[in-house]
Amino acid sequence: MTSDELYQRDREWHPPAFTPDYKTSVTRSPRLAMLSLQASESELTGPTFGQCDIDPIDSDLINNYAKTGDPIGERIIVHGRVLDENAQPVPNTLVEIWQANAGGRYRHKMDTYLAAIDPNFGGCGRTLTDENGYYAFRTVKPGAYPWRNWVNNWRPAHIHISVFGTAFAQRLITQMYFEGDPLIAKCPIVNTIPDSRAIDQLVAALDLNATVPFDSIAYKFDIILRGHRSTFFENRPEGN
Amino acid sequence: MAQPLNYLKETASQTAGPYVHIGLAPGDAGFNIYANELGRDIIGPNAKGTRIKVTGTVRDGTGAPVKDVLIEVWQANAAGIYPGKGDVEDGFRGWGRVISDFETGEFTFETIKPGAVKNQNNQIMAPHLNLWLVARGINVGLNTRMYFGDEAMANAADPVLNLIEQTQRRDTLIARAGRTNYHFDICLQGDEETVFFDV
Ligand SMILES: [Fe+2]
Repeated sequence: MTSDELYQRDREWHPPAFTPDYKTSVTRSPRLAMLSLQASESELTGPTFGQCDIDPIDSDLINNYAKTGDPIGERIIVHGRVLDENAQPVPNTLVEIWQANAGGRYRHKMDTYLAAIDPNFGGCGRTLTDENGYYAFRTVKPGAYPWRNWVNNWRPAHIHISVFGTAFAQRLITQMYFEGDPLIAKCPIVNTIPDSRAIDQLVAALDLNATVPFDSIAYKFDIILRGHRSTFFENRPEGN
Repeated sequence: MAQPLNYLKETASQTAGPYVHIGLAPGDAGFNIYANELGRDIIGPNAKGTRIKVTGTVRDGTGAPVKDVLIEVWQANAAGIYPGKGDVEDGFRGWGRVISDFETGEFTFETIKPGAVKNQNNQIMAPHLNLWLVARGINVGLNTRMYFGDEAMANAADPVLNLIEQTQRRDTLIARAGRTNYHFDICLQGDEETVFFDV
């Protein structure tokens, strides 16, 4: 009873391509229907990564770019599990994050926001989940930042997250928000998602149990990837 | 009421945004942080097969180049074997990351031409690269394929290309072939809209 195939992606749960309140999507959204495929090895295999690809310090954004001291900002731990839709852990999968600094400024040559660059903060990290699907990052809480969608929009504090899984068709990029942020409800990018339960799933919960007393506050964020389908009865003999 | 199914829901996608390079290609964002940036080398030093270079541009619905796109490539080796499915050359990852030029929007990458792979029904698929596109304004990463213009026979028999009802749209997935170079433009929208897959 095994199968490499995945549950279909719930396209009513994900944002549609064309979301005019997020203006950039207007000209970047395909208008024709996607072609639905039975997945093959091309979609059901995917790249794998090992500890030799990364460095342990890569998951510590407080230290991984520090030059003269610690970065400014609220020290946080972001931790959780990568699971699939069957609630099975996804072990040894690459999780990459990127974010603005505490002032809301990105270290990117195209970001010109007036908030200061933090000389001790790069803003990216990566790690592999352990055998139980756990991951953890240490960083500073990113600041909100302005952008011109309407004349005066502000992104809620967020961390961008990229995850692989085992199949190229599980590939996912999303954004994690912080519990209690009033900007979440006002964000046109958040609101590309039609179902409020799917939005709630992007909001990390304050996790006092995981805080380090007198050091770092913690947020818990689980990431769910597409699940694998079980095949109980074969229609065709193997290889036909 | 029936019993609850208790499946979890896949985490909803959000756009990669304009600063995707910070996370996935920090050298291109303008700073060095990792000793080893992932995705810079698709094939490694020992790959067999024909070395090729692919260039192209991703265009939006107005025809303007998308200058902040990130594309991931996933491919089999020259024998048609995906890493993880069988023995491949030492160092062959089959996966890479490509970004467009911030000024021109053109992307370029080097790899080897993959071999044909069979699908789940044992039909031979023509050689192809699997591509996944993310950028500001793209809410869910887009899956597509690049086939090779000098594989006319194989392409004509390809079970995926043949699924495309409007036959002229099959050409949106076929790269124009030079001697060792291929050119492949991707249109997000408009008359030439590329075929994207729900897989
Ligand atoms: Fe952002």
